[in-house]
Amino acid sequence: MGKDEKKIVFKTVHDLPPMAMSLGTMWVNKTASWRNLKPIIDYEKCIDCMICWKYCPEPAIFLRDPDERVAVDYDYCKGCLICVEECPVDAIYTEEEGK
Amino acid sequence: MKRMAIVGNHALSYGALLSRVQVIAAYPITPQTQVVELLSEMCADGTLKAEFVKVESEHSAMAAVMGASASGARAFTATSSQGLALMHEVLHWVTGARLPVVMGNINRAFGPPWSIWTEQTDSLSQRDTGWMQIYAQDNQEVLDSVILAYKVSEQLLLPTMVVLDAFFLSHTSEPVEIPDQEKVDEFLPPYENKYILNPDAPHAFGGLTNPEWYMELRYKIHKAHEEALDLIEKEGREFEKMFGRYYGLVDPYKVDDAETVLVAVSTAASTARHAVDLLREKGKKVGLLRIRVFRPFPYAKIKEILSNARKVIVLDRNLSPGAGGIIASEVRGALANLRNHPPVLSYIMGLGGRDITTKHIMELFEEAEKMEEGKDIIWKGVKL
Amino acid sequence: MRKLTLPREEYMTPGHLACQGCGGALAMRLALKALGKKTILSIPACCWSVIDGPFPYSAAGVPLFHAPFETAASTSAGVSAAMKILGKEDVNVVAWAGDGGTFDIGIQAISGAAERGDNILYIVYDNEAYMNTGIQRSSATPYKAWTTTTPYKFPKSRPKKDIIGILAAHKVPYVATATVAYAEDFVKKVKKAAQMKGFRLIQILSPCPPGWKTPPEITIKLARLAVQTGVFPLYEVENGEKYKINIKPKKLKPVIEYLKLQGRFRHLTQKDVEEIQGMVDRKWKLLLAKEEFSKQIENLL
Repeated sequence: MGKDEKKIVFKTVHDLPPMAMSLGTMWVNKTASWRNLKPIIDYEKCIDCMICWKYCPEPAIFLRDPDERVAVDYDYCKGCLICVEECPVDAIYTEEEGK
Repeated sequence: MKRMAIVGNHALSYGALLSRVQVIAAYPITPQTQVVELLSEMCADGTLKAEFVKVESEHSAMAAVMGASASGARAFTATSSQGLALMHEVLHWVTGARLPVVMGNINRAFGPPWSIWTEQTDSLSQRDTGWMQIYAQDNQEVLDSVILAYKVSEQLLLPTMVVLDAFFLSHTSEPVEIPDQEKVDEFLPPYENKYILNPDAPHAFGGLTNPEWYMELRYKIHKAHEEALDLIEKEGREFEKMFGRYYGLVDPYKVDDAETVLVAVSTAASTARHAVDLLREKGKKVGLLRIRVFRPFPYAKIKEILSNARKVIVLDRNLSPGAGGIIASEVRGALANLRNHPPVLSYIMGLGGRDITTKHIMELFEEAEKMEEGKDIIWKGVKL
Repeated sequence: MRKLTLPREEYMTPGHLACQGCGGALAMRLALKALGKKTILSIPACCWSVIDGPFPYSAAGVPLFHAPFETAASTSAGVSAAMKILGKEDVNVVAWAGDGGTFDIGIQAISGAAERGDNILYIVYDNEAYMNTGIQRSSATPYKAWTTTTPYKFPKSRPKKDIIGILAAHKVPYVATATVAYAEDFVKKVKKAAQMKGFRLIQILSPCPPGWKTPPEITIKLARLAVQTGVFPLYEVENGEKYKINIKPKKLKPVIEYLKLQGRFRHLTQKDVEEIQGMVDRKWKLLLAKEEFSKQIENLL
């Protein structure tokens, strides 16, 4: 389980379980393409309050190694921008995708 | 082993007790109430170690046994008629989720007008839900069928409905052998299912499935039903070795040289057996084919037995308005692919609990003698 | 180690199918943080039937049973009975349903389970309409709100059903409201409820950007304003008697601040807003009175 999870491939009916049951997780479904605006964290301004982490509905904001500061996982961030809206010190700005 | 005179409803309760069911969820409805009353007492006095969820509707009863079965508990419920109809949505769900729930259904006619008497339209309306259906003809078979149902259901992950006639069985006392618990335990091991809700191995069950694989999952349900055709007979033989009674898919009686064979289910079949004996005494070559298992539908057996008959009579104590007898339509379907199949006379009788007597059934055979061709529907006993 | 106000462990994976800024997705993430691994979810038809992901995948890190629309409580009742007879009573048996499955089609089964005292934690993520089918009114839709079945010319003519009042009348051990904005409060309530036995229900207001006609980034802001304006107060009721308001603003903000941000209220006239303000004020005062009354009752008894 995790980002490297592989998609499950069934070839025939014989590969299926008896009922529709999950055999993997939604880590396989990268949702980056949903995003129009990309949130970018300005680590100079960030005060490590963790509010963006707390409110991310994906969650696509995680505590990075090794300094445990918040970071955005751009493979999964859908660009809802709750983090931008909720940041108390305006430490997250946006950029248009593809620029 | 002990022998007791018990009503059919209590035969269901004893079947559940001996199967060591772990969760019961049920809602009262005439004529099923005795089933759950006795089970409540058994739970209360500790005879049966089970959780009894006294739900507020049959819909919730079926949902609760579904949740219990999905969690790894052996689950049981019982209902009748309107209650079964209310369960309809969840009956489909239980099959799709591949849960081996076993239930009793006491056949009772639908309202309106209100009726509490027997008729098979309630359970036959659930024909396409994917539940196996067993129609019992006596109280011993009711009890034994519950145990057999768990044995087969849990191997195939399919649910089973054990069906019995209102009053003629549900409220009629008959001598029944109550098997010893140790022997039942030997026959029926504890419920084990690796596809359950388990926090140590979490899976989501029943998630959105696109057209790419939905059909294959349906195919698997049908395949399991096909497997059941053999397994029901195999377990029937195992059961016979231990308990001395055999139950198969169908129950043919004096059909080998029969020119006319009557097809029936449930207590009407017991009555028909008597009629066959009386007619045989008069030298008539008549026989009876009782269908015990309606789902999976035993096509091969039915074809094999009926292909030798010159005429087939189907007695339906049910009605699909606009079409006719439900069992007749299935039997005609089974025979359709035979090169030379016998004509089928489809009789509707005994609706809403009206008596079907030996005399009535003898009349069917007599009428059949005069008819050379099949008939799509013949109403027997309607006051025209 | 960062100082976190919520459990660090994640039991929900990203990649799920919720819309951008979905309050219901965040509600699940927070709830699972509180509940942990030993949890079984029963989920009837609702947005989460889709959000969790298609076969053969799931975003929930705990076992989950997709159930028919009106059976969240009854399916969970069966799960709960099984846990008891199988000696697994340390498992949190959770029904997770939307407002339609709770306030409308599922209410019979909920009433049954609540009256029986089935050991279930029922969490309703309330987005105030049938969002999964495309924004139709439910009995949780607020007064005067637009939905596709309460169009602008004929917005909802009746107030939102008081699900907490209904459950409190069942004398269940615990009912509470929550929102995604007050995440710590919600997590605390889920943990508290999980420690209790019997039927417990938490209603979490979960803004829905497509259904409320709001930009996704203001989901939290809306949930916060719902509390600060008194539109959706945060409170708990124990045993149907003891009321406790958890967040008590010194002065409520005017409801217009909440309403004006949402497309579903854009048709409101000044008169409508005044009427809604009156209803909210009245409800808030009643709630304060209930809290006060339950204190007095305690002294009396």
